[in-house]
Amino acid sequence: MRMFDVCIIGGGPAGLKAAIAAGSQGLSVVLMDDADHLGGQLVKQTHMFFGSEQQRAGARGVNIAKELVEQVTSLVNVEVVLCTTALGLYDDLVLTYETEGSYRKLSAKKFIVATGASERMLTFPGNDLPGVYGAGAVQTLMNVYGVKPGNRVLMVGAGNIGLIVSYQLLQAGVEVIAIVEGGPSIGGYLVHASKVRRAGVPILTSHTIKEAVGVNCVEGAIVCELDSQWQPKSGTEQRIDADVICLAVGLSPLTDILWQAECEMVFVPELGGNVAYRDSTMCTSKPHIYVAGDVAGVEEASSAMVEGELAGLCAAKSLGVSGAHLTLQITSARSQLEELRSGPVGDKIRAGLLQAHR
Amino acid sequence: MLRISEHPILTFKHGQQVAFRYDGQELVGYEGETIAAALHAAGVKVLRKSTVLHRPRGFFCAIGTCSSCLMKVNGEPNVRVCVEKLKAGMVIETQQGKGDLREDV
Ligand SMILES: Cc1cc2nc3c(=O)[nH]c(=O)nc-3n(C[C@H](O)[C@H](O)[C@H](O)COP(=O)(O)OP(=O)(O)OC[C@H]3O[C@@H](n4cnc5c(N)ncnc54)[C@H](O)[C@@H]3O)c2cc1C
Repeated sequence: MRMFDVCIIGGGPAGLKAAIAAGSQGLSVVLMDDADHLGGQLVKQTHMFFGSEQQRAGARGVNIAKELVEQVTSLVNVEVVLCTTALGLYDDLVLTYETEGSYRKLSAKKFIVATGASERMLTFPGNDLPGVYGAGAVQTLMNVYGVKPGNRVLMVGAGNIGLIVSYQLLQAGVEVIAIVEGGPSIGGYLVHASKVRRAGVPILTSHTIKEAVGVNCVEGAIVCELDSQWQPKSGTEQRIDADVICLAVGLSPLTDILWQAECEMVFVPELGGNVAYRDSTMCTSKPHIYVAGDVAGVEEASSAMVEGELAGLCAAKSLGVSGAHLTLQITSARSQLEELRSGPVGDKIRAGLLQAHR
Repeated sequence: MLRISEHPILTFKHGQQVAFRYDGQELVGYEGETIAAALHAAGVKVLRKSTVLHRPRGFFCAIGTCSSCLMKVNGEPNVRVCVEKLKAGMVIETQQGKGDLREDV
C-alpha cells in the first residue's frame, strides 16, 4: 500500500492551497479529486471576486484556479490523482477510494478533507421535473460546456449565487424572467443586484415558488407572495412561463466522509448544516483528520483558500516540521481569516464558528 | 439552439465533433463534454424515469452528487451522465428501472 505524509481529499481552492502549503514544507502529498480537473467550484466562476487583494479580489475565479493548479503541479512532491473518489477513511490511517472502476487503498499520516458543498433543494410540487436545476449545475453547463440551460429562466434566491448566476445567464444570451426571494430583502451584495436590475430583471422580494408546472419538463411556475411569517398570501399566485427554474437557495457541506470516519459533528445553520467540530488548527475530533473550505462551513473561495493553507501548515507542524517561518505563516493565515470575517458581513460566520470550535 | 455562440468573457474550446446513439437516434456532440451536456444541447432533457412513480427526471447538480441523471451507457446501467464524458460511438439508453449489473463484472 502506498504511504504519504498528507492526503488531501478535494481539489477546490481549499484543497489546492492545502497541497501547496504542505507540499512547500517538503512533505509527500497526494491530492485527489473525483472530477477530471482541479479547481472545484472555481472553474465556473467567471465573475470578478470580492475580498482583499491578498485573496485576489478583482481576479476571476477561473483564473485563480489556473494559478493555483500551476503552483501545485510545479511541486514534485505533490502527486495529483484525478477521477478518483474517496470512499472511506479509517482510524488505522487507511483511505479507500475508487478509480477507473477499481477499489483501492492508500495510507497517510494526516488527511485534509476539502470536499466542498452540495446544492440545496427546495420542496414544492414538481420540483423533480427536468428543467429544475441547481445554480451550480446551470453554471457548469453554461460556463464550462457552453450550453444554455434553456431560454427563459426563473431564478429562485437573491443571495450572491442567485444574482451572479442571473447575470451570467444574461451574458450567455438567456432571458431571466424574474428573481424571487423569500426574504424581505436581497441577501447578496448590492453591486450584483444593481447589475441584474439595470439589465431589466425584476427582483421580487417576499416571493417564492409555489409549484413547478409542466408534463415532461418545466413549462412554467406558480409564484406567490409571502407574509412576514413566510406563509403564502392567498390570492397572490401568478403564473410565469419559463423552461428553467434555477434554485440558488444555498449549499450544504459535503460531509459524508466525516460522518463515516466518525468525526464528532454539530449542526450549525449559520455554516450551512452539519459540520465537524474543529480546533484552531482545523483538526477534527480525530487527530489524523483536518477540514478546510466549504465542508467546514459554507463561506467563500477566499476564506476556503486561507483555511486550506492553514490546515496544510498545521498538518505539517503536527508531523514535526518546525521553524520560525512556519509559525509566521500560521499566524498570518489566522489573521487573514479574521480579517475576511470581520465587520457586519462576517457576523453570521463568526456566530457559526463559535459553535463549531472546540 | 442551446449552444452559446458568442460570449463576452468566455471562449469555448470544444473537442472534436463525434456521433453517438441515444435510444436508437443518431446525435452529435463534442468529445470531452459530458453526456448530459451533449444531450441537453441536442434538446434532450428527460434522462430517465423515476423507479417507483415513473416520473421524468433530468440532471440536477451536474457534479455527480445527486444521482438524478442515471442512464445506461454502452450497456452499463446507473452511469452518472452529468460527469461521464462523451466518446465517439457511445450507445446511450434510457434506463428501465434500477438496471441490472452486467454479468461479466
Ligand atoms: C455561483 C457561485 C458564485 C461564487 N462566487 C464567489 C465569489 O465571488 N467570491 C468567493 O470568494 N467565493 C465565491 N463562491 C464560493 C466558492 O466557489 C466556494 O466557497 C469555494 O469553491 C469552496 O472551495 P472548496 O475547496 O471548499 O470546495 P469546492 O470548490 O467545492 O471543491 C471541492 C472539490 O472536492 C471534490 N470532492 C468532493 N467529494 C469528493 C470525494 N469523495 N473524493 C474526491 N473528491 C471529492 C469535488 O469534486 C470538488 O472538486 C461562489 C460559489 C458559487 C456556487
